[in-house]
Amino acid sequence: MDIQENKSTLVVEVRNEEKIKKIWKTAGILLAITVVEFIMAFTMGRGILLYGLFIALTIWKAKYIMLEFMHLGDEVKGLFYSIIAPLIFLVWLIIVLVKEGSEIFLMRW
Amino acid sequence: MSAHSTAIGVSSKRGVWGGGNEPMKASYGKLMMWFFLLSDIFTFAAFLITYISIRVSYPAYAGSAEAFVGSNEYWPVPELVFKALPFLHGVNAPLIFVGIMTFILIASSVTMVLAVEAGHRNDRNDVVKWMLWTLVGGITFLSCQAWEWSHFIHGTDGGTVMTYVNSLNKVVTETVFGANLNVNEYGPAGFAQLFFFITGFHGFHVTIGVFLLFLCFYQAAVGVYDRRGHYEMVEKIGLYWHFVDLVWVFVFTLFYLI
Repeated sequence: MDIQENKSTLVVEVRNEEKIKKIWKTAGILLAITVVEFIMAFTMGRGILLYGLFIALTIWKAKYIMLEFMHLGDEVKGLFYSIIAPLIFLVWLIIVLVKEGSEIFLMRW
Repeated sequence: MSAHSTAIGVSSKRGVWGGGNEPMKASYGKLMMWFFLLSDIFTFAAFLITYISIRVSYPAYAGSAEAFVGSNEYWPVPELVFKALPFLHGVNAPLIFVGIMTFILIASSVTMVLAVEAGHRNDRNDVVKWMLWTLVGGITFLSCQAWEWSHFIHGTDGGTVMTYVNSLNKVVTETVFGANLNVNEYGPAGFAQLFFFITGFHGFHVTIGVFLLFLCFYQAAVGVYDRRGHYEMVEKIGLYWHFVDLVWVFVFTLFYLI
């Protein structure tokens, strides 16, 4: 039977160097952001500014991973928004639990 | 005419309910992987937001870095807790090891996306090559995490004197070494609990990911995907693997930097 043999009808296409270059570029950006975060952790004073910058840089990294590596940017709009839009609920969860945590802080200390 | 509408007598313009449609132009498997990942995002987000919540309920450590000692009165500074390297006992290397782990995971994410790219081109040799690199990255990361956990559990040479409620419900003051779910030498009990649960749940995902990567590597190598006619499985497992990397990026920031 043909299917039992290890024969393939698939045609191997040549490497798309431009695409591969873009992947390495994205990887470079991700590493660069991580290095910047590292330097910031040891040079800047701890506080709301540093934490804000860390979270902004993290979301920036997450954007590259989701759009470039997971190719979410190349999917149709419907799929894109059905993944991104539900994340709006997390904003409320963050507000509520941070408020809750700081109230416990005030009661405890 | 698309490749899907090959049945005789079926127009390529059949309606929405005619079957063979792909909602949102993504295959069933890819779509379901995305929605699974969305649910997983919520699980991890709940964990991480809980971390933030418990963390802001404790005062931050305010003294100098040299004078730092663990206490359940305040939250520890991560770079003063995670500062050890394997084989280099006593060397002060704050966040170096976890930096290496982050690097390994990002690198394995890159090789994974290269495997997906090779899959689009039906290039079996490239898929096998890059899947193998990704597999190596995943196993290396897990080994690093095993060491990290082991060090966290066994603790430092000196330990820390802690006053806490022990498992017999008695208040005791004694030298604590390392960490468990009841007490730890670094900070409040919640610190170690969250460390175990969050990095553990992430590590569990990585473990499953390594199994999937091996499956994908093996199937690609023996030509299953060639016979199947497409390399979509590489893409789906790739989505999962990138997600593991995505979560780690957040764990890294919240646990080790802030």
